[in-house]
Amino acid sequence: MMSSFSSMSVQVWTYIFVAVSFALYIGIAIWSRAGSTKEFYVAGGGVSPLANGMATAADWMSAASFISMAGIISFMGYDGAVYLMGWTGGYVLLALLLAPYLRKFGKFTVPDFIGDRYYSGTARIVAVLCALIVSFTYVAGQMRGVGVVFSRFLEVDINTGVVIGMVIVLFYAVLGGMKGITYTQVAQYCVLIFAFMVPAIFISIQMTGNPVPQLGMGSTLSDGSGVYLLDKLNGLSEELGFARYTEGSKSMIDVFAITVALMVGTAGLPHVIVRFFTVPRVRDARKSAGLALLFIVILYSTAPAVSAFARTNLIETVSGRPYSEMPEWFTNWETTGLLNFTDKNGDGHIQYIADKEHNELDIDNDIMVLANPEIARLPNWVVALVAAGGLAAALSTAAGLLLVISTSVAHDLVKKQLKPGMSEKNELWVARGSAACAVIIAAYFGINPPGFVAAVVALAFGLAAASFFPAIILGIFYKRMNKEGAVSGMVTGILLMLFYMMKFKFDLFGGGTEADWWFGISPEGFGMVAMLVNFAVALLVSRFTPAPPENVQEIVENIRVPGVIRSE
Amino acid sequence: MMTSKRKSKAYWKENVQYLLVLLLIWFLVSYGAGILFRDVLDTIRIGGFELGFWFAQQGSMYVFVVLIFVYVRLMNGLDRKYGYDE
Repeated sequence: MMSSFSSMSVQVWTYIFVAVSFALYIGIAIWSRAGSTKEFYVAGGGVSPLANGMATAADWMSAASFISMAGIISFMGYDGAVYLMGWTGGYVLLALLLAPYLRKFGKFTVPDFIGDRYYSGTARIVAVLCALIVSFTYVAGQMRGVGVVFSRFLEVDINTGVVIGMVIVLFYAVLGGMKGITYTQVAQYCVLIFAFMVPAIFISIQMTGNPVPQLGMGSTLSDGSGVYLLDKLNGLSEELGFARYTEGSKSMIDVFAITVALMVGTAGLPHVIVRFFTVPRVRDARKSAGLALLFIVILYSTAPAVSAFARTNLIETVSGRPYSEMPEWFTNWETTGLLNFTDKNGDGHIQYIADKEHNELDIDNDIMVLANPEIARLPNWVVALVAAGGLAAALSTAAGLLLVISTSVAHDLVKKQLKPGMSEKNELWVARGSAACAVIIAAYFGINPPGFVAAVVALAFGLAAASFFPAIILGIFYKRMNKEGAVSGMVTGILLMLFYMMKFKFDLFGGGTEADWWFGISPEGFGMVAMLVNFAVALLVSRFTPAPPENVQEIVENIRVPGVIRSE
Repeated sequence: MMTSKRKSKAYWKENVQYLLVLLLIWFLVSYGAGILFRDVLDTIRIGGFELGFWFAQQGSMYVFVVLIFVYVRLMNGLDRKYGYDE
């Protein structure tokens, strides 16, 4: 038994894990399908804080967090901290400054809040547009993640992979709405965290003898040398001409700015904010933000350990070794095109160094997590588990984003702006229809990824930071803020961010290089500047324009204290 | 007996004070220890970690989680004090 167990191939294991987990998601979707718009948009507002915390964590942790992040960090070293702090610190802002008040406000969406608080259809439309831009750029990246996993582990064509993923998401997002998505995401969280932790623990034991990866990262190697893992990695990096691993290479101001942009962007992302509309009470909103962050940090604190292990393992496995002696995983990944070896000096050995002229190995960030169990020679079932986890991460995030898109269209645009008299039943059908359209558009971008997707996903945070965050914060904390201030702030913020993005990422408006960056801040970090400009413009304009009407000031007073939540 | 308006004002003021203290800590562990004062802290070592590096890639995240749960406790207390517990 044991021998047939261990001889089963990675592919067979992957089919088993993927089939079982997909059956589970579909079963949950059928069990929890939505019957009303309130169930479709916010799961009826009756989700427990624990379930909401897990669902938020799964919603939040995308293919990028699961597949790409540890890989990116392993190439960035210290600088990778911008993602770790940026994507977790935002939850503190969310829990303290946004979630409880928006829950008390008691509507369905961020544009709802902006539209009511700023008593203006224009403000609502600006908010809807920002939500759509942010969500679409994000969802295309998820679909690509699904494609990568399918193509490597199930050896189907990337496009077929995207279509399979699309059908699954379509099924449970359209049927179940927020209610279906929430309970599937709880299951997806369990799958993805298990799939991330198992290989991490295995590798940590293997390399340092410590079963806790977070501690293993700071321990000595178990090869008997008594050298600390990070010291060894610093040494190897310097030897090959890279920056010291714990040093990084970005400037301090850029690290600072990117961290701010990611944190504030996280707190301003519509698909994250909307999760806090699903719990029953204000105190549940606070608590579930804390639980969500706890569940996220389990993965996020493990990721940098995985990065350090993977980087050390990779260098030791390939650097200076003959190409002919490379293990099987090496050729497997070469066929996907994510790993490339060109023997520039023709000596048959792999020369992996910082110097681009002479470097012979190109490694895509994305394969570090996926290949890590293979590099560490873990059992086949562990390798397959990672594939199922990557799919869980990508699908859960895609579903959450699609819901925001369909809600924005059905509720914020059609119901609130175009056809106010629409019946609830029709609204539900419009919501389902727009979710279906959104899936198809997202799949199109997954199959034909425009070259700019990867660049834009990181910038989605800058856009969210530059637009929503100041408008929401001021709407809660500054009673005097009026529609003129908020709208001009949002418009200036997002335009400035788009301008900077286009100038330095797409070479428009005269383009520019790193030397021309304003204040030495990269486009990824520029969301901080655009956010500050948004705040400044909003405050200035509101000083010279009339105060908001009495009833709006009462809304603000009302959301500041917990109490009975009025519903629609 | 306070009027409901005075009550909500006082509640809000205490809430904002909590926020300022918690956000100060939030700033100090991440932007302070992890970025601005990293080089100084890196001279201190705990096991294999340089301290600034540890704050940037580990410590700040742990503090974030603790901060939210402290906030939850403080606010639940405040809700009780002002009779807002639902």
